[in-house]
Amino acid sequence: MAAARPSSVFQFASSRLLLGRLVEVFAASTTRSGGGSMLSMASRSSSSCVPGLRLPPVSRRFASSSSAPLYTPEPPPVEGEVKRMNLVESIRSAMNIVLEKDPTAVVFGEDVAFGGVFRCSVGLRDKYGKDRVFNTPLSEQGIVAFAIGMATQGSTTVAEIQFADYIHPAFDQFVNEASKYRYRASGTFHCGKLTVRAPYGAVGHGALYHSQSVESYYAHVPGLKVVIPRGPGQAKGLLLSCVRDENPVLFFEPKRLYRAAVEEVPVGDYELPLSKAEVMQEGSDVTVIGYGAQMQVLKNACSLAKEQLGVSCELIDLRTVLPWDEETVIKSVCKTGRAVVSHEDTHTGGFAGEISSTIQEECFLNLEAPVQRVCSWDTPFPLIYEAFYLPDQLRCFEAIKKVVEF
Amino acid sequence: ANKNWWMYATMAACQKLLRSSLWRLHCSVGLRLGTPALRSNRCFSILSDDEYSPRGPLLTTELSKATIAHKSDHLTPIYRVMDNSGKVLDSSQEPKLSEDSLLKMYRQMVTLEEMDDQLYKAQRMGLISFYMMCSGEEATHFGPAAALELEDMVYAQYREAGVLLWRGFTLDDCMNQCFSNHLDTGKGRQMPVHYGSKELNYQFISSCLSTQMPQASGYAYGLKLAKSKSCVMVYFGDGAAQEGDSHAAMNFAATLKCPIIFMCRNNGYAISTPVEDQYAGDGIVTRGIGYGMEALRVDGNDVLALYNATRHARHVAISEQRPVLIEAFTYRISSHSTSDEQKQYQDMDMVELYGSSLHPIRRLRGYLEQRGLWGREEEEALRGEARAQVRESMQAARRQLKPHIHNLFQDVYDKLPSRLEKQRREMMDHLHKYKDQYPLDLHEQ
Repeated sequence: MAAARPSSVFQFASSRLLLGRLVEVFAASTTRSGGGSMLSMASRSSSSCVPGLRLPPVSRRFASSSSAPLYTPEPPPVEGEVKRMNLVESIRSAMNIVLEKDPTAVVFGEDVAFGGVFRCSVGLRDKYGKDRVFNTPLSEQGIVAFAIGMATQGSTTVAEIQFADYIHPAFDQFVNEASKYRYRASGTFHCGKLTVRAPYGAVGHGALYHSQSVESYYAHVPGLKVVIPRGPGQAKGLLLSCVRDENPVLFFEPKRLYRAAVEEVPVGDYELPLSKAEVMQEGSDVTVIGYGAQMQVLKNACSLAKEQLGVSCELIDLRTVLPWDEETVIKSVCKTGRAVVSHEDTHTGGFAGEISSTIQEECFLNLEAPVQRVCSWDTPFPLIYEAFYLPDQLRCFEAIKKVVEF
Repeated sequence: ANKNWWMYATMAACQKLLRSSLWRLHCSVGLRLGTPALRSNRCFSILSDDEYSPRGPLLTTELSKATIAHKSDHLTPIYRVMDNSGKVLDSSQEPKLSEDSLLKMYRQMVTLEEMDDQLYKAQRMGLISFYMMCSGEEATHFGPAAALELEDMVYAQYREAGVLLWRGFTLDDCMNQCFSNHLDTGKGRQMPVHYGSKELNYQFISSCLSTQMPQASGYAYGLKLAKSKSCVMVYFGDGAAQEGDSHAAMNFAATLKCPIIFMCRNNGYAISTPVEDQYAGDGIVTRGIGYGMEALRVDGNDVLALYNATRHARHVAISEQRPVLIEAFTYRISSHSTSDEQKQYQDMDMVELYGSSLHPIRRLRGYLEQRGLWGREEEEALRGEARAQVRESMQAARRQLKPHIHNLFQDVYDKLPSRLEKQRREMMDHLHKYKDQYPLDLHEQ
């Protein structure tokens, strides 16, 4: 059921190697200049479309691209020898450690053997062999089910879904099987050794089927865990925890940060705790909550709020969406009295609703303003409108302003 | 594989090279050396104008020669050992089963039949909420079960209780699960007949159809990597075989070379839907060739044939590390479940026929009698004994308390998360306030 891949890429690539290169190029170009890169490719010299129409110059920056960075590097989360890695490399580093230390570990999915369409598994097959790092036939329901079976057998299983947008055929296996495996067997059988990784989120040109956030569907399933890292250092530690956690885990990787997020990442083995939110910066006026790629957007919005309104924001990265660390969030909102929740996912039914509802239940008397949600509009993810669609830093800033001025 | 992609992509682009004698020379040499890409069934073998390609398909200018017809006169034959009376048709096919094994098979088939009958009635009396009978399909349980070893993992659909009985699941175990009492290994969480046992290597049943199939393939792959000397067997029905998971399971198993036996109980019906509405081809067995997998069709009411077929499949799966598909033609003589009424759609004459002269238990009995291992006295004694044992077991299960209500919250994760602990406390507080309004006295305190 996996849909066709971006056709523009295929117009240029006739081989899988070229495809890999082109995905890199597109990812890099779009991350550097946001929505501008696609427009810049169109012909501008001839205004053959509408006579007299003055097209804006390519160099003008918009809110979606802006001078604010796509990702500001963070210090390593633990001590030890570090190396400059991007998100892809940090994930690859985690998988390498898993394969090295655990002889039962396997990594598989579509196109994993040659290195993966995002290059996350480059070199792993050569190092660990074709039995342990392999391609499966093209079937997401098969991949996840096969992975459940392998995990039940006792192998540490890291399955890759090529894009989170294509994970839906496996929904039955997640909801009816993986999540209920331990419960229905009273713990005698379980598939805790299962981890499913998938790239998620906006990438600048992904449109309907290469940009989705799907965490809300799975956050509703008791028995699953859902983890979403914000950057390379976090991703490696969280992925290692996910793999070693004795429950089936979904790990969504923000694809727009695959190459754009670069920082010093510890080369060794380290784990970051699941179900533990991180207070990225302390503040006194507003609690701002999010996860994944949205954290950088929120960071930018908080900076804007500081500069322009003198507002001190407490920024919290949930890191684990299910089961989420409500304690940290509640404690913070009880302190600040104001909350803004933001994610790339759409508004209605998005996970921000769960967070908002919990905040109003637990912090009602402390709240100075209604909890704000800043999310994508309730439509399928549109291509040319991405800049208008996403909850960018200006919309997040406006939400912070709203709660502060309520 | 990467290297070859570059090689042939480049070559395909150079038309002159394609036509040159140098290229022809490469092809003939390359083919003999067995270049992997050319060895496959894919179009690379057309790179040469040669009609003959040693490993690939022949080229033809006749469309009909390149056609696989949608209907064939040759339906896949059905393998059997016994005729309907239990007489062995070809003595070379008679399995070398011990008398003890044969008698165990028969006794357990009768016990299962008796258990089905009493639990069906128990549901009708409101003692349990739901039940599914295995009537007419007992051979599909005991033949394969006897051919496997205990270490072979079994994934079942829901109509395979006999496999568990063979391995040592007791009547009490069945009853405890059906009555959802505190002795149920599933802690009363699932509907009746959703059995499972870690010790007996039988995965817990889920109500979803076919979901177990690709999981079984994955389990088998894990066994392969662990260099295990065992295999996996996965049961599924004619209806479940239509699900996407079934396709994924077989395709993955064949492509990744998993030591697994796919056992299809083709009993003619998926609830009310007859097989004519389920598929247009010649059953499930013919799918084997599509997946590159060996496939056998067996008389599913002939326990000895099933034993032989499974023995063979197990040997292939383990020694050659590849999957085998077995399609067992049987007939469902009961309704789908206690929520179904077969009279609304099934031909009751067929039900009567399969319930009598074609019944697998009757055929095995015929075989045992012909061998002098069974007679009318033994039959009467067994029937009486089975009836009494089942009745006693049911009475005992009925008297047991249901599991402690804390079990509602356990085993969702390996550890109880804080939110769930909070919810549990909330529930307990509520129950403390309204204890008389809830059936707490049925449960362990």
